[in-house]
Amino acid sequence: MNSTILKTASNYLLPILLLFSIFLLLRGHYHPGGGFVGGLIASIAFVLHSFTHGTDATLRLLRIHPGSLIPVGLGLAALSMFAPMLGGQPVMTGLWLEEPLPVIGMVGSALFFDLGVYLVVVGVVLTILFTISQYSE
Amino acid sequence: MLAAVLSGLIVSILYIPFGKYLKDRLSICVSFLPIALFAYFASFIPTIRDGGHITFHYPWVPSLGINLDFHLDGLSLLFSLLITGIGSLVFLYAAPYLKGHRYLDRFYAYLSLFMAAMLGLVLADNVLLLFIFWELTSISSFFLIGFNNDNADSRKSSLIALGITGGGGFLLMAGLILMGHLSGSYSIQEMLGANEYLKGHALYGWILALVFAGAFTKSAQFPFHFWLPGAMKAPTPVSAYLHSATMVKAGIYLLARLNPVLGGTDYWMYPLVIIGGVTMLYSAFHSLFRTDLKAILAYSTIAALGILVFLIGIGTPESLLAASVFILVHALYKASLFLTTGVIDHETGTRDVTRLSGLRKVLWPLSIAGILAALSSAGVPLTFGFIGKDLIYEATLHTVGVLPIVLTALALLTNVLVLYAGFLAGIKPFTGPLPQNLTQVHLPNALMWGAPLVLALLGLLFGCLPFLADDALLNPAAHAMLQAPIGTSLKIWHGFNTVLLLSGITLVSGVLLYVIRKPSQRSLASIERFNAWSPRHLFGKVAQYSKAFSRRYTHTLHNGFLRVYLLRIIVFAVLLLAFRLFTGGPIRLTLDQLSPVSVYEIIVAAILIAAIFLAVTTSSRLTAVVATSVIGYCICLQFVFYSAPDLAMTQFSIDTLTVVLFVLVLFRLPPFLNLANRLTRIRDWTVASAFGAVISLIAIQVLNQPFDGAVSRFYGDNAYTLAKGKNVVNVILVDFRGFDTLFEIVVLSIAAIGVFSLLKLRLNASEKE
Repeated sequence: MNSTILKTASNYLLPILLLFSIFLLLRGHYHPGGGFVGGLIASIAFVLHSFTHGTDATLRLLRIHPGSLIPVGLGLAALSMFAPMLGGQPVMTGLWLEEPLPVIGMVGSALFFDLGVYLVVVGVVLTILFTISQYSE
Repeated sequence: MLAAVLSGLIVSILYIPFGKYLKDRLSICVSFLPIALFAYFASFIPTIRDGGHITFHYPWVPSLGINLDFHLDGLSLLFSLLITGIGSLVFLYAAPYLKGHRYLDRFYAYLSLFMAAMLGLVLADNVLLLFIFWELTSISSFFLIGFNNDNADSRKSSLIALGITGGGGFLLMAGLILMGHLSGSYSIQEMLGANEYLKGHALYGWILALVFAGAFTKSAQFPFHFWLPGAMKAPTPVSAYLHSATMVKAGIYLLARLNPVLGGTDYWMYPLVIIGGVTMLYSAFHSLFRTDLKAILAYSTIAALGILVFLIGIGTPESLLAASVFILVHALYKASLFLTTGVIDHETGTRDVTRLSGLRKVLWPLSIAGILAALSSAGVPLTFGFIGKDLIYEATLHTVGVLPIVLTALALLTNVLVLYAGFLAGIKPFTGPLPQNLTQVHLPNALMWGAPLVLALLGLLFGCLPFLADDALLNPAAHAMLQAPIGTSLKIWHGFNTVLLLSGITLVSGVLLYVIRKPSQRSLASIERFNAWSPRHLFGKVAQYSKAFSRRYTHTLHNGFLRVYLLRIIVFAVLLLAFRLFTGGPIRLTLDQLSPVSVYEIIVAAILIAAIFLAVTTSSRLTAVVATSVIGYCICLQFVFYSAPDLAMTQFSIDTLTVVLFVLVLFRLPPFLNLANRLTRIRDWTVASAFGAVISLIAIQVLNQPFDGAVSRFYGDNAYTLAKGKNVVNVILVDFRGFDTLFEIVVLSIAAIGVFSLLKLRLNASEKE
C-alpha cells in the first residue's frame, strides 16, 4: 500500500502498539488483558508494518522468523508449568515473588506462562499471515 | 527387571544416532544384549525351581490401574529364556547372514525392539501393560516382515500380518479391559482370586470370544493362519525368531497365562480344542503340497501352534505339561530348521526343495543340525521331540468319553504330517546325490552353521537327559498354567504301552509317507486350484471391497469444495441441535427475563442488520469481507455492554486479523464473475436461517433454565486467594485451567506449522519448475 501518511504513522504505531501489547500482557492478571490478547495486538502491530513496508521489510525488522517464537513460547509455558515440580510441588502450582517489582508488578510463574502464550500467539499469527502473503505475492 | 525389559527399547533408540557406526564389523556387538539378558534370566532358575516367583512393581499411571508390574514364574521364565536364548543365536546368525546389507543397523534396531516387546509381554503382570507390549510386537514384526521394503510382496505381507494381528489386538484390548473391569484389578495375579466370579459372570462369553480373537490371530489359528506363510517374506533369521519361537507363541502364552483365570469350563475347552484341532490338521495337510522350504516350515509351524492350542484346551495337568514341553521342543527344532534353511538359501540361492539334495557333502556341519532337528520333529527316541510326542498322546488318551479316540486320531494324523514336513526340510536337502550346479557351494561363517547346530544339539541333550529342562523350566511352567503342582515328571522310557505303540505308528507311517511321496510343482499346482476358497483369498476380497467402499465414501464426503463441507457441517449441526431441542421437552419462549434494551443496543443492532444485508447482497468480495467484520465489531460492542472486556478485546483483535487474512487471500482473486444461481441461493438462505433460528431458540431456552452459579462463584471467590489474580478470566486461563491453555497453544502451533508447510511446499514445487 502506497500511502505516505500510513507509512509514517506505522513507524510510530509499531513501538506504541508493542508497548501497549506488553502493557496488556502485564496487567492481565488483575485487569482486562492477558497473553492472548496481548499477542494478538503485537501481531497487529507487525501486520500493520508489513502492510506499509512490505512483508520482507517486516521480516528483516524482526531479524528472526516469527515461526521460531512458537517453540520458545511453548517451551516457556511448559517450563513455567513444570518448574514447581523441581521444588516437589504439583504441576502448575503458582509460584510468586513476595514483593512486587517496580513497573512490572507481581511476578510469578503464571506471568511466565502468559508470556509463553503471548509468544506463541505472535509466532502463530505472523507465521500464518506472512506465509500466505508471501504465497500470494 | 525394568532395565532388563527396557534395555532392548533403549538399544533400538540408540541405533538412530549410532547405528551407522555399528554397521560393518561391529554389528556383532549388539548380540551381547540378548546374551546378557539370557544370563540374567538364567540366574532366576534356582528360585523358580524351588517353587518361588519374583514380582516387581513400578508405579506408572496408578490412577488408571496401569502399572509396570512384572511377575516372573515358571511360564514367564520359560518364555524369557526362549526369547533371549534363541534371540542371542539369531542376533549372532544375522550378522554374517545380512553382512553388508544397506539397512543392517535398522534390522538390529527392529530386532532389539521386538525382543524388548516380547520380553515385556511375557513378564507383564498388568493386562494393560501386556497389551501395550502385545501391540509393540505386532508393530515391530510389521517392520521386520517388510524389511525388504523394495519388494511389493514383502510390503503386502507385512500389511496383512499387521492387519490381522492388529485387528486381533484391538479385540483383545476390549477383552482385557472387560476382565479388569469385572474383576476390579488389572493385575493377572489378582485376577486369579476373582476367577470364579469371572467364569460365572454374564459377560464371560464375551471375554472369551475377545481373548480368543486376540490369541488366534496372533498365533495364526485357522481361519487367520494365512498371514504366517506370507510373513515368510521376511529375512530368514526373522522367520526363525518371530515366526517359530517367539511372536506367534504370544497367543499361546496368553492362553496359557489366562488358563487359571478363565479356563476349566466347556466354553474354554471346546473352542480351543476345535480350533486347535482344525488348525493343526489343515495346515499339516497343506505342508504336504509345498515346495518352498520356508513355506513347508511355515505350515508345519501353524500345525505346531494348533497342537499347542489344542493341548491348552484339553486342560488336564498332563496336557499342560505336554504343552510346556512342546513349546520348548518346537522352539528348538523349528528355529534350528529355519536357520538351516537360511544357510541353504544363502549359499545355494534357492529354497526349492525339489532342486536341493546331497548338500551333506558340502555343508556337513549344517546337515547334522538339519537331520537332528528333523529327527526331533519326528519324535525319534532319544530326541526331545520323542518326549514331547509321548506326552501329547498321553494327554489325548487320558481324556474322557469318546474324546480319546477322536483326539488321539487327530494328533496321530497331524504328527505324521509334521514328521513328513520336518524330514522334507531337514533331511531331504542333505541326502541323495549332489547336483552339478551345487558343487561350488561352500560352508559359510561358523556363526551361521553354529547357531542351528547348537539348537539341534540342545534338543538331543534334553532328549537324553530330560530332567535338565524338566525341574528347572517345564514343570514350573506347567505349574503356572495350572496354578497347582503337576505331579508327573518327564521320562525317556514309559515301558511298552499304547503311547509307545502310537509313537511307533507315527514314525513308521511318517517315514513311509516321506519315502513314497515326492514334493513336486504339480502337487503345488493342484492345491492352488482351491485358492479361491481359502481364507486368505476371502479376507483379501473383504479388504478389497472395504477399500473400494471407503474410496467412494471419501470421494463423496471429502470432495475438496470448502463450501460443501461448510454446508454439511452446518446442516448436520442444525439437525442434531434441533432434534435434541425438540425432543428435550417443551420449548418455552418467555421473553420476560430479558434485561431492558438500551438505545446503544438498538443502534448497534441496526448497524449489524445493515451490515448483514450488505454482506449478502454485495457483488464485491472485499465489501463482503468488510461487512462481515463490521458484524464482528458489532458483536464486540455487545460484549462491552455486558461487561466482558476481555472477550471484547480478543474478539476485536481476531476480527481485525481475520479481515487482513481475507484481504491477503482475496486480493489475488478475480472479482465475482457471477453470483450463485437462484436455487443455490435459496438453499443457502434456508440453511443459514435454520441455523440462526435454532441457535436463537437455544439461547432463549437456556435463559429459562435455572442457573447454578457454583462454578463461577468458585472462581470468583478463589481467584485471588489461590492464584493471586483479580481478573478471573485470566486466572482461569493461566492457572485454574492452564492445561487447557497449554493444549490450545499447541493446537495453534500445529495450525501454523500446517499452513507454513503446505504453502512452502507448494512454493518450492513451483520454484522448481
